[in-house]
Amino acid sequence: MTDARAPRVVPYGDDAVLVELPGLAEVRALDDAVRAARTTDPDAAGIVDQVPAARTLLLRVREDADPGALPVERWWAARSDRTAEAEAREVVLAVDYDGPDLADVSRLTGLTVDEVVARHTGARYTVAFGGFMAGFAYLVGLDPVLRVPRLDSPRERVPAGSVAIADEFSAVYPAATPGGWRLLGRCERTLFDVHRDPPALLQPGTHVRFTAS
Amino acid sequence: MTDRALEVLEPGLLTLVEDLGRPGWAHIGVGRSGAADAGALRLANRLVANDEGAAGLEVLLGGLRVRAVGDVTVALAGARGPAWLDDRPVGHEAVLELRSGTELRLGTVTSGLRTYVAVRGGIDVPTVLGSRSTDQLAALGPGPVRAGDVLPVGAAPVGWPVVDLAPVAAPPDRVELPVVPGPHADWFEDVLARLQAGEWHVTPSTNRVAVRLTGPALARTPDATGRELPSEGLVLGAVQVPPDGQPVVFGVDHPVTGGYPVVAVVRRYAHGRLAQVRPGDRVSFVHGLASV
Repeated sequence: MTDARAPRVVPYGDDAVLVELPGLAEVRALDDAVRAARTTDPDAAGIVDQVPAARTLLLRVREDADPGALPVERWWAARSDRTAEAEAREVVLAVDYDGPDLADVSRLTGLTVDEVVARHTGARYTVAFGGFMAGFAYLVGLDPVLRVPRLDSPRERVPAGSVAIADEFSAVYPAATPGGWRLLGRCERTLFDVHRDPPALLQPGTHVRFTAS
Repeated sequence: MTDRALEVLEPGLLTLVEDLGRPGWAHIGVGRSGAADAGALRLANRLVANDEGAAGLEVLLGGLRVRAVGDVTVALAGARGPAWLDDRPVGHEAVLELRSGTELRLGTVTSGLRTYVAVRGGIDVPTVLGSRSTDQLAALGPGPVRAGDVLPVGAAPVGWPVVDLAPVAAPPDRVELPVVPGPHADWFEDVLARLQAGEWHVTPSTNRVAVRLTGPALARTPDATGRELPSEGLVLGAVQVPPDGQPVVFGVDHPVTGGYPVVAVVRRYAHGRLAQVRPGDRVSFVHGLASV
């Protein structure tokens, strides 16, 4: 019997493989399984970077390791769809809901501003993956009613701490940057600090809740 | 830390402190970074008996002037160009002894782009996430070196240099980049053959993040036209094709993820070549092995 969700391992140069998966849930499960294997399984010792994304997991290895030899199928078979470590970690972020796009989001969704805030604080999010910039986390779990498109033209400067939504994602901007997501409010917590261990507050698998402050 | 240092008199166009980078943080959006031509930094470090990963200076197109504070030992590797200790011309890939007060000066490079200065003991600036490298995309690390900076030199390693000179072949006039197919090669018509047949030139908007090329636009297959790619992890050497069909080859400061198809990947042994191509250079792609 074949597993329709089974990973497809695609060569990606001399140092990496790209594991293609059907969706976020499978990426999360395999990402956790590989991270667990890296603490116990000698076959994972060559991995130096693993990069989860929406439908893929990139595994990059040391120069003296062969990415094609990674036993991805074995780690997939050993995965758990609900990992204990990830279940344990939840971060609660207090938000001032005074963002410049609240009125637009209210108009686009047909909700009142209070309802937008209630929907945004009512969900439990999970960090699906990072990318874009250091400490940036793509959060899934957004109430589908709040799905709105990005701005037609991005802002030149989104302030650090901006709490935003776009498509199926929510996020907090760790530092000022150009950006096209819709801004709901501001959060005071430091998302990324190179002198902290771990440096990123939100890592793949971390759960997040927002509260109105 | 020791009382030895390099005092920067002129940084040239751009001089960065680089080591072998900070792997292991890509999942939180921090890339590997490090010396663009890691092989050249490693060679320069070996010449002064350093650990290969000691931090050195990456000098873009020459123009650096530094003065030794205390006696220091250095070696140059990477892009070639004239160099002097005070007024005495010196060569690359050689062990150079600087008495305190001696000035090391790099002229304009004549081939390649980035020259590496290794110093015995390494440049001892503070580490950020385990590395002294400057990542220009993420704005991590010490940032560009400026005139007046005094760069501390670390404790000398136990070993001593075992050779005075490491002969390195002159770089070829035309750069060949050996590639293997990337994860989305099949989104494009006959893409490996077209990469090989095309005449590609390096554009001025080339930096540590990416080498941007111009040439015959690569066209998608009818099936893949208009197809969207959710962002996915990137690697050094990935050849990405954005909607304009002009390939972008990612360098050491590449973003950790990207949302355009990757049609090919430059082989590991040619990553150094990629770091040394200059705007205006012609490059060609070779599928599989190329002359080393």
